[in-house]
Amino acid sequence: MKNRLLKLWHQDATRSVMASVLSILAGLVAGSVIILIVGLCNPTLGLKSVWDGVRLIFGGLFATGRDASGALTFGFNPASVGNMLFRATPLILTGLSVAVAFKTGLFNIGAPGQYLAGTAATLFIALSIPSSVVPPQIIWFLAFFGGMLAGALWGAIPGMLKSLLNINEVLACIMTNWIAANLVTWVFDISNLKNVVENTKSGYIYKTTFNNVATSKLGLDLIFHDSQVNGGIVVAAILAIIVYIILTRTTFGYQLKACGSNRFAARYAGIKDKRNIVLSMAIAGSLAGAAGSLYYLSGNTEFFWSTYQSLPAAGFNGIPVALLAANHPIGVIFTGMFMSMLDIAGLQMTNLTAYNEYITDVIIAVIVYLSAFSLLIKTLLGHRKAHKDDTPLKNPGPQNTQTDSKADGKEALKA
Amino acid sequence: MDNAPEYVIEMLHITKEFPGIKANDDITLQLRRGEIHALLGENGAGKSTLMSVLFGLYQPDEGVIKKDGKEVQINDPNDATALHIGMVHQHFKLIDVFTVLDNIILGAEDTHFGFLSRKAAREKVLSLSERYGLKVDLDAKIEDITVGMQQRVEILKMLYRDNEVLIFDEPTAVLTPQEIEELMEIMRGLTKEGKSILFISHKLNEIMEVSDRVTVLRKGRYVGTVDTAATTQEELSRMMVGRPVQLVVEKDPAKPAEPVLTVEHLSVPSRLYKRDAVKDVSFTARAGEIVCIAGIDGNGQTDLVYALTGLEKPSGGKITLCGHDITHAAIQDRSKAGMSHIPEDRHKHGLILDFTLEQNLVLQRFQEPQFQNHGFIRFDETRKYADKLIAQYDVRSGQGPLTIARSMSGGNQQKAIVAREIDRDKPLIVAVQPTRGLDVGAIEYIHGELVKQRDEGKAVLLVSLELDEVMNLSDRILVMYEGQIVGQFDPKQTTVEELGLYMAGAKRQEVTEA
Repeated sequence: MKNRLLKLWHQDATRSVMASVLSILAGLVAGSVIILIVGLCNPTLGLKSVWDGVRLIFGGLFATGRDASGALTFGFNPASVGNMLFRATPLILTGLSVAVAFKTGLFNIGAPGQYLAGTAATLFIALSIPSSVVPPQIIWFLAFFGGMLAGALWGAIPGMLKSLLNINEVLACIMTNWIAANLVTWVFDISNLKNVVENTKSGYIYKTTFNNVATSKLGLDLIFHDSQVNGGIVVAAILAIIVYIILTRTTFGYQLKACGSNRFAARYAGIKDKRNIVLSMAIAGSLAGAAGSLYYLSGNTEFFWSTYQSLPAAGFNGIPVALLAANHPIGVIFTGMFMSMLDIAGLQMTNLTAYNEYITDVIIAVIVYLSAFSLLIKTLLGHRKAHKDDTPLKNPGPQNTQTDSKADGKEALKA
Repeated sequence: MDNAPEYVIEMLHITKEFPGIKANDDITLQLRRGEIHALLGENGAGKSTLMSVLFGLYQPDEGVIKKDGKEVQINDPNDATALHIGMVHQHFKLIDVFTVLDNIILGAEDTHFGFLSRKAAREKVLSLSERYGLKVDLDAKIEDITVGMQQRVEILKMLYRDNEVLIFDEPTAVLTPQEIEELMEIMRGLTKEGKSILFISHKLNEIMEVSDRVTVLRKGRYVGTVDTAATTQEELSRMMVGRPVQLVVEKDPAKPAEPVLTVEHLSVPSRLYKRDAVKDVSFTARAGEIVCIAGIDGNGQTDLVYALTGLEKPSGGKITLCGHDITHAAIQDRSKAGMSHIPEDRHKHGLILDFTLEQNLVLQRFQEPQFQNHGFIRFDETRKYADKLIAQYDVRSGQGPLTIARSMSGGNQQKAIVAREIDRDKPLIVAVQPTRGLDVGAIEYIHGELVKQRDEGKAVLLVSLELDEVMNLSDRILVMYEGQIVGQFDPKQTTVEELGLYMAGAKRQEVTEA
């Protein structure tokens, strides 16, 4: 038994999970500390509110409100869980997008642009084909695949710049992000979709339900009533599994990973490294495009267009989701859900206490910061054990370099 | 000197342990004043660790270091410098765009009111270079002088700092035979002037020629110290490897048959400069022979191999492999036409270090029907194949096919590559420096395999910088100098010295069709 546990400990995966769990715990503790400081410094709050706040940080998903005496109650909250799943859908997909690119040795910081490209294509297709002629289900499929395709094309651009001209993909991605933002603004501006959507004082609101197109609920609304959940989460999970299978079981995945690990050796072996870089970015882009597509196909989300379009946060949040999952496609499902759970916890905090949801931003920030170090933590975990029982330590060199490259990515993020 | 202790440096019972590995286990090394003491051992025997301990980069777990009989504590390289211990690294630490003089005084400059004053330094360096016969042009830039000259600059750097103990880390790896001869002269001259030299090497003939005593390490343990005069190369290699080693490859005369590879007027552009790195090179390699391209590093051999294997595009000429024109073919197509390639840089090209051994063993073959089914990897077949190669070629690793390539020793990494390339069973094997950095045992094995392939009717194109290997293994030698083939030789009818003259560009033949 002890041997078995030891073996489990030595597995790389175990250490990855441990490192992520440690990052998450550190983030939650940091959030709690802030609540403690805010609570104690404010005369109207006090320790009781601190206790409430901390409990919401850890268990906000299961908060059901306050009882007659004013104490917090916890239990299964179908609306919260459903909303968590709904919000997790785009995060899982952008997380997958970043993870796939990472496996091929690329840092896809272009997910926001690909997400926007997917959003725009989806809305155009969903709103311009009249549902009186074509059944809405077919429009849904066309809109979804159109969104994925648009994301793929948008992702392929930095991929081609990288493979043909050796332009750093991070730079190209940042530029294509803003090009996408302005392009999408312009395209909506000249389109005549304005006539089918709702006009408010400050801009137009695009909603696929104007054309009766919406993702099927697949019965999930019966379990999680009063929530926004729909079949999108199932699609996201299926895509994650497909990506996992491609990466681990197929020769195509083998090639992608070979190019990512050592482009020169891949080329030496006759693998077409340039083609694979473009393909990898296109796949990453299609996943980010699917994220935007599914989010707006849900029917109850509004794409609010005005003259200035900023970059969607869901694109950038894919990076911590992927980092926290150590780029494991299945892990991304869980880290995506965890991130959206923090959102829900933040909302509950705003609703039920004097604290506001921005504390969860601090938590996410701490987690992102630490997850960039997760490989370092992983290495440290390895070290401690290696001292105890005489197993030769693997050369820590590679892990360090990987940590470096991720830290670089972080800096790029800040820039 | 009479009352000075016999040993200038003593490292007594040094033990240094890393997590899981005892890199040095109770090693004793005593360096006499004015001797050349060779430190011999295979890769991973603990030579570097021992020198790092002496240099203050690592602290020993046990044992003491004595300088002139007094125990000293060396906590960092500055302490070592203060004790007048200096090291010529295998890869020179010089600044290319600085002059020789500036490189020598770098870090130990004289200043006058904050301004650099070179006058006194110049005089000191000049007198040193005269005294030890180290002729250099003090005003030349490093990038303009030869590697042999650069090494002299490194030696002058140590002398300028009044170092008494000089460590040479594999100093001959980059030199021509003539330069090696000169270096040996310089080393003898240094010891006559009272310097003591530690000479790290795994080249037995050099050790036999220049050293007074030899200390042999094996797997982190001290094997023994012997007087060079009282030992033989065979004895030393047995001490180093732990078993008798065949130093000379035994092979029958070659029976060259039809041409496998024909290269006609090939030119390859340089990756760095606006000129051709390979100029109008023509030669053939026939089935059943080992053709060797010899030359000093950087004379176009790498570029030639890149063009042959498809890693680089040629700018002119024609390459024919087994009747197919492969001048512009993709790497995969070259492989199909009949080429396997043991690359020069096993970490850059040969292996994906973060992949497992089995994944690396199918690096070119994963697309073959044997290993995939509609795009899905056949893991059972891959494992079976990996197990077969590992057993057949005796590739040793911690977890068999699941070992991460990075965690394997250099020798076994190379064995894995050799196994993979030979097992692909192609008519042409391009082997570039197949034994670089390997120990005697692994070299013996790889040489044996290449000869076996030759005898089975393969053409082997060997590119090597090691003249011993060239003389030992090849059936025909082509010497490359500045991108051209300047001579063709039969190894039985030439000498290392003769080859050296061609390699250095001092002589050349007109080779039209090699």
